[in-house]
Amino acid sequence: MSGFWRRFATNRGAVAGCVVFALVLAMAAFAPWIAPGDPWSMAGPPRTDAFDPEHWLGTDMLGRDVWATIVHGARVSLLVGGGATLAAVLIGVSIGAVAGYLGGVADDLLMRFTEFFQSIPSFILALLIVAIFQPTVGSIVVAVAIVSWPPVARVVRAEFMSLRSREFVQAAVVLGQGTWTIVLRQILPNALSPIVVLSSFMVATAILLEAALSFLGLGDPNVMSWGFMIGSGRSTIRIAWWTSVFPGIALFLTVLSLNLIGEGISDALNPRLHERGAA
Amino acid sequence: MTPAAFAAFLARRLMKAAGVVLGVVIVAFFVVRLAPGDPASVIAGQSGAADAQFMEQLRRQFGLDQPLPVQLWLYVKGVATLDFGVSHRVQRTVASLLVERLPATILLTGTAFAFALAAGVALGAIAARRVGTVADSVVTVLALTFYATPIFWVGLIFILVFAVWLGWLPALGMFTVGADLSGLAAVADVARHLLLPALTLGLFYMALYARLTRASMLEVASQDFVRTARAKGMREGPILRRHVLRNAILPVVGFAGVQAGQLVGGSILVETVFSWPGVGRLAFEALLARDYNLLLGVFIVTSAMAVAINLVTDIVVALVDPRIEVEG
Amino acid sequence: MSAPLLSVSGLTVALPPGGDRPHAVEDVGFDLARGEILCIVGESGSGKSISAAAIMGLLPRRLPAVAGSIRFGGRDLLRLGKEEMRAIRGREIAMVFQEPMTALNPIMPVGQQIAEVMEAHGEGDAASRRARAIELLAEVRIPSPELAVDAYPFRLSGGQRQRVMIAMALALRPSLLVCDEPTTALDVTTQAQILALVRDLQATRGTGILFVTHDFGVVAEIADRIAVMQHGRIVEIGARDEVLSRPRHDYTRRLIAAVPRLAGREVAPRPAEPPLLAIDGVSKVFWRGGLLSRRTPVHAVRKASLSLARGETLALVGESGSGKSTLARCVVRLVEPSEGEIRIGGTVVTGISQRAFKPFRRRAQMVFQDPFASLNPRRRVGEIVAEGPITHGTPRAEAIARARELLALVGLDPAAATRFPHEFSGGQRQRIGLARALALEPELLVADEPVSALDVSVQAQVLALIADMKKRLGLTMLFITHDLRVASEIADRIAVMRQGEIVETGTPAAIFTRPAHPYTRDLIAAIPGRGWEAARG
Repeated sequence: MSGFWRRFATNRGAVAGCVVFALVLAMAAFAPWIAPGDPWSMAGPPRTDAFDPEHWLGTDMLGRDVWATIVHGARVSLLVGGGATLAAVLIGVSIGAVAGYLGGVADDLLMRFTEFFQSIPSFILALLIVAIFQPTVGSIVVAVAIVSWPPVARVVRAEFMSLRSREFVQAAVVLGQGTWTIVLRQILPNALSPIVVLSSFMVATAILLEAALSFLGLGDPNVMSWGFMIGSGRSTIRIAWWTSVFPGIALFLTVLSLNLIGEGISDALNPRLHERGAA
Repeated sequence: MTPAAFAAFLARRLMKAAGVVLGVVIVAFFVVRLAPGDPASVIAGQSGAADAQFMEQLRRQFGLDQPLPVQLWLYVKGVATLDFGVSHRVQRTVASLLVERLPATILLTGTAFAFALAAGVALGAIAARRVGTVADSVVTVLALTFYATPIFWVGLIFILVFAVWLGWLPALGMFTVGADLSGLAAVADVARHLLLPALTLGLFYMALYARLTRASMLEVASQDFVRTARAKGMREGPILRRHVLRNAILPVVGFAGVQAGQLVGGSILVETVFSWPGVGRLAFEALLARDYNLLLGVFIVTSAMAVAINLVTDIVVALVDPRIEVEG
Repeated sequence: MSAPLLSVSGLTVALPPGGDRPHAVEDVGFDLARGEILCIVGESGSGKSISAAAIMGLLPRRLPAVAGSIRFGGRDLLRLGKEEMRAIRGREIAMVFQEPMTALNPIMPVGQQIAEVMEAHGEGDAASRRARAIELLAEVRIPSPELAVDAYPFRLSGGQRQRVMIAMALALRPSLLVCDEPTTALDVTTQAQILALVRDLQATRGTGILFVTHDFGVVAEIADRIAVMQHGRIVEIGARDEVLSRPRHDYTRRLIAAVPRLAGREVAPRPAEPPLLAIDGVSKVFWRGGLLSRRTPVHAVRKASLSLARGETLALVGESGSGKSTLARCVVRLVEPSEGEIRIGGTVVTGISQRAFKPFRRRAQMVFQDPFASLNPRRRVGEIVAEGPITHGTPRAEAIARARELLALVGLDPAAATRFPHEFSGGQRQRIGLARALALEPELLVADEPVSALDVSVQAQVLALIADMKKRLGLTMLFITHDLRVASEIADRIAVMRQGEIVETGTPAAIFTRPAHPYTRDLIAAIPGRGWEAARG
């Protein structure tokens, strides 16, 4: 593992990603201290220009401080990103593991099911679910998870299929180990790396999805979110561009940092691929 | 592929496509069913237009007095005959609204898909060809950037920069209102309106395809048959075009086809930002008015679009890749 | 003698810094005359393939040629520019690679791939190139070349693909052909055909052939001269019979001694007693295809019957796809037989539940082929070896202590228990795999090609170890192999399988001196280097 960390630490993008993501995490954790007060309430005169000494990212049409909304918005982004990814990984790993381990008809059926969810416009399905079940953080997490698991299932299935036929797994069968022992002790530990890589990309995607839902007015009305701010500033983009632009930058940096981390992990886990890229 | 084998492949593939659409209809049915309360009140509940007559109309449409399988059957049969019910907001059939808005969405998503695939493959190929150079880094950074940018925000920035500040392109709509153009001038007008939305929708996927193409090209370039081609004394250009690129593109196109649904779904955001008069914009309007019948219709129709794109890419891949026929 | 076709001297290829040695190839020199076959023979990592790649100008960028010269046609190939070298490749020097399955572009018809050689060197037009491709396919004896020219590689067998590769190499009548292990991935009967084809080409066209291989049988079959490589250097070079029968270098002697002997040993018949393992009319059918596609049956094993007496070693030999591995897997229940009965120690074990079978898992263990895939990379060696006893109820500490003893038994340092598999060589990993199987103190050992992924010298050691364990522990062994030499070395009896059927069973002496079935005869005739065998004595 030391080799992994050494390779990861020499990847400039990944380290930068870690730094940015750590800042976002800190922002979310200490939001009430960094930007005290309710981000929804009026903090200053409406439509204060950006770079104002009082409100350095400006205020929106209702006088809300843009900086405060960004600080507080980080919370729901990370909550949905983390929660939905966790749920999606659980669904995806279960389905992929069963399909890959059992093979045959079970695999056929589960993979058609997965392919189905992958090929439909999942964003519209998420929209539909959140709209019909009322927008709350819970329903958003569920909706995002429901549309995010298929890639995990596919990757896990491929890993399980290949590992299952590997001789060390057959050896475990011949030794008399039970199915659960084999899955948990022999196969899963060897399938973890691609799941970890995929997860960090999925957190990024889930954050983007949450933002898109909030942008369309389907965010949880009780929590401040970046997507909501971008959406609410949309109609006034000509006169108060900062209300949409800065939350967008926060979103961009967070997603970028997660992608960089994911890529860093991937490169560090597969040094040979990286070498070939550099050859 | 022989014509007979191709016909068999096509038949199999069409069946699969029909299966997906059927699945979508079933999912739509159950999403409404799973919500708390009876479907008629879910659909009409928050509309504020829940008069008795409308509720009755809904109950009939969903056959709520029947057992669940019969209800499902009625719903599937309805959709199969293009009966998506009525939109209470405008008191028109959902089908007529969809038909009206569909061409704009097909134009937008089709353009964006073609652009994303062409530009993505081109950039990915350049990066792979010059791996490790400045060109590679530029493509990598571009791809990372667009892959991390929310498309609705890109749309807003484009409007701000190209429409508001620079004034080069129109910000909203599909036509210049009141211009009453015809012929080529009308086409040019639509094209000017199309440029920003198509770019907005396409850039994210371009980034994705560029990354995939780069990885796929590097993977193929390390395979044995490329070494064989070198041993033949072929020049690098033809090796890259005939052996590397052709093999590397297949999985990218296949993936793009499977992912077409994501791009079609993204059109809701883009059409909302640019007021593009397509089904995506319709979905946003339906959302604002809590017009779920219309929203379900949009879900089913956009799914069908995604399935159609996937069908086309699968056929293209099958025509290039001889192994498809056997795998079935 | 006129100037040699190819003259290599002082060739040195650097390895990237941080390797176990500074050079992949060091100070390699040899001449190759027109119409001569020079075999470069060596174990993995000896630098033989790198030498071949250097001649083709196909060295990977990480491995540059840093010294020496490769003189061909009056030029030094190492001093040529990219374009000049390209013009030589395919036209004057051609190459055939090891893996026919991956060496052809999967989405281009083979005729077109052959035509590309001519196209790359500006020969002919599309129609004449196609005609020539058909001609070449006929020359390498591909059936119905007019149809094959439009076939995609996946339609062809491994042997046919290798013929296509040879056709491609011959397209422009090169004066030098470089073959890098061209028959290693092929079955022995196919190998014999390809070797005959290569010999034929040399005889009729006078092509000079540089033939890289690890297999002394192949060397004995086709070489005019032999160069033996070790650790990047040529340790011995000379005429074939000279090197084979009077090797001067110690390494050459050891290598040749390690090649198993093809001897028809006579084995005393065993006293009649109930067999430990009885396989009775076992068949296995796999179904290919899915929900929507047509399901087609694949008959992997058809009505196979065998029996093994206690303490006996039976070698199951056959080519790839003969069903030998499937049958072995039926015995340890990695595969459920479709019909028939298997008895271990007189008890029927087919059709019983996994739970009821568990006690038999102790009695029947397995050793696998691939030293890199048969050990879980994320578990320590001690845990791997102890896993079986722990599964069957041995306390963990006791099992780990026993694992250390077993590691010593198979010739490893007991300290190996705390290390991970990737820290070991292929031969050491096979020893670990053997220790894992022995940990359960089985009566029956199923060994599935346990030495075929190993270099010949390591192979000899592992074979000796297996034979020793068998004797000391009184094991009964079902030994699966494709290699008749290995079978003759280890087995008391040999069973020959073809297309799922056991066509013949007998003692090594009976099989080798009086083969009854025509397929057995073909198989024995195809063993490379049988002429040399007589001379080995």
